[in-house]
Amino acid sequence: MKCLVTGGNVKVLGKAVHSLSRIGEELYLEPMEDGLSLRTVNSSRSAYACFLFAPLFFQQYQAAAPGQEALRCKILMKSFLAAFRSLATVEKSVEKCCISLNGRSSRLVVQLHCRYGVRKTHNLSFQDCESLQAIFDPALCSHVLRAPARVLGEAVLPFPPALAEVTLGIGCGRRVILRSYQEEEADSSIRAMVTEMSIGEEDFQQLQAQEGAAITFCLKELRGLLSFAESANLSLSVHFDAPGRPAIFAVKDSLLDGHFVLATMSESDLHSPALCSPEPHRLVPPLQAHSTPHLDDFANDDIDSYMIAMETTVDSEGSRAGPSIPLSPGLRPPCSPGPYSEDNDAEPSTEPGTPPPKKFRSLFFGSILAPAHSPPGPSPVLAEDSEGEG
Amino acid sequence: MKFRAKIVDAACLNHFTRVSAMIAKLAKTCALRISPQKLNFILSDKVASGGVSMWCELEQENFFSEFQMEGVSTENNAIYLELTSENLSRALKTAQNARALKVKLTNKHFPCLTVSIELLSVSSSSRIVTHDIPVKVIPRKLWKDLQEPTVPDSDVSVYLPVLKTMKSVVEKMRNLSNHLIIEANLSGDLNLKIETELVCVTTHFKDLGNPPLASEDASQDRDPAQMAEVHIDIRKLLQFLAGQQVNPTRAVCNIVSNKLVHFDLLHEDVSLQYFIPAFS
Repeated sequence: MKCLVTGGNVKVLGKAVHSLSRIGEELYLEPMEDGLSLRTVNSSRSAYACFLFAPLFFQQYQAAAPGQEALRCKILMKSFLAAFRSLATVEKSVEKCCISLNGRSSRLVVQLHCRYGVRKTHNLSFQDCESLQAIFDPALCSHVLRAPARVLGEAVLPFPPALAEVTLGIGCGRRVILRSYQEEEADSSIRAMVTEMSIGEEDFQQLQAQEGAAITFCLKELRGLLSFAESANLSLSVHFDAPGRPAIFAVKDSLLDGHFVLATMSESDLHSPALCSPEPHRLVPPLQAHSTPHLDDFANDDIDSYMIAMETTVDSEGSRAGPSIPLSPGLRPPCSPGPYSEDNDAEPSTEPGTPPPKKFRSLFFGSILAPAHSPPGPSPVLAEDSEGEG
Repeated sequence: MKFRAKIVDAACLNHFTRVSAMIAKLAKTCALRISPQKLNFILSDKVASGGVSMWCELEQENFFSEFQMEGVSTENNAIYLELTSENLSRALKTAQNARALKVKLTNKHFPCLTVSIELLSVSSSSRIVTHDIPVKVIPRKLWKDLQEPTVPDSDVSVYLPVLKTMKSVVEKMRNLSNHLIIEANLSGDLNLKIETELVCVTTHFKDLGNPPLASEDASQDRDPAQMAEVHIDIRKLLQFLAGQQVNPTRAVCNIVSNKLVHFDLLHEDVSLQYFIPAFS
């Protein structure tokens, strides 16, 4: 693979890497015919992010040497980020950036051609990997809202940077509401301040959702995409469905597109009152989900049961012992979530190096039930390098 | 108990935001007293504050275009609330470009001070930010601890130097010792001293001026050059100085020898009194 980025696009690439770095610790690079894809997923698999840079984004783009398979790799996020650490410096002094990977060398080379003939070369070690893919389709989400990133950037300003979860939804009068989400404290003496931002429908380019629709997700994970979209002056669209179903945040322009898919809290987790309640002090039950009876199945799924291996890399490491799980959902026997629910709860604490148990279940390992039970539309599924699993 | 108030003037809003930022730096948790004419931020000298106490007062009509309150009862027409001052400060900071700000006492499963801000927006639609600050209603039996402190008869009263200068000096001294001696006399001299085994450091401020004496008799006998001193914890002084982002309109330091130091500040129309006790 060999690609050359020049001019202002170097900073755009850098900014994209910065926003990906807010999500995961490993960056998956996959050069494809339709562009270079940079992807990452967080350790609890509740957030997935992907940027696809079209060939036209690059001054030169070659996905693979002629006659060879495209190589994909994963590298440590912080190693790749080191090349783009200071965006101000990148903007000022980097003229060209060349990223190359060839099968013979064991390094991914990121070379920055800077002013005054200075050349900075980063030789990054990488691991071959399987393709990291989440299957999601924004078109299948029942609710969409779209606004210039600046509107959403301003909308999150009142919230403290440390705030984890936020609820986004449609309130009375078709106003878009963002509210800080608080776990119900057992110790009621220490309560946190609740902040709510309400924006009129007119500020949105598209608002296709009914009053009462709402999702709760991790704001921290979105901030990276928000800041990217703001600096690139793009519109951000939010596609969401019932609580518990992942929400898709997307930006698009002629040269690139970005998707951040974040898990949302399911019905059973939510404590916050409805967004559209006439009298604030009256406790209104949380939003009613759409009638998807197996919604809870997603929350209880054990990831190991549902991991699906995608194409393995075609090289000497073909002999990996991955679980032989068929690709198509139809072939998989239905699994009852019951016995796995305890496992799932224990899962975050048993894996070494995972962050403290998060409220979001692993979003991607939705139940791949037989067609008779499957929910409308494909459930988002994440394929992961089974070999890399601890 | 009812309380609702509104600010529409940008200058008033900025001033109120600055006051709340100052309070947030001075006390993590404080009491807010709402009465028909005034708002007070109070820190009483309990163990939790290390003996430090604070009384900040502002006239509500200097800030609010609308102000309505109904206290606990007609004889006790006041509301005492306990809140985390940083919450109020953070809420007000989001009101940078506000068209109007409303504050009211609400009950959303628990008592809150709800700050509702209507932001100026480029587009025709308005944007509204609402903050629900959880508060605790302080019962009447505890009100006696939250009354205006009596200003003690001080031995010396002196005007303070530029607070920023004082803060940078005290910050450096803090590295040497926690024990600071603050002394002043009626000739306009103020000294800050650190004395350790290895080193003594004194910063002298001269020609500060002394406010006119309240009562002639007691202080007439005092030798103008004689210093009145107090030994205090330097960290408490530093915390006080850290809260003063803007130089006050008027700043007086009253020293009661070996007992306490009392800072009496006026920020435009907001008065702040801060008491630091001597080391016991």
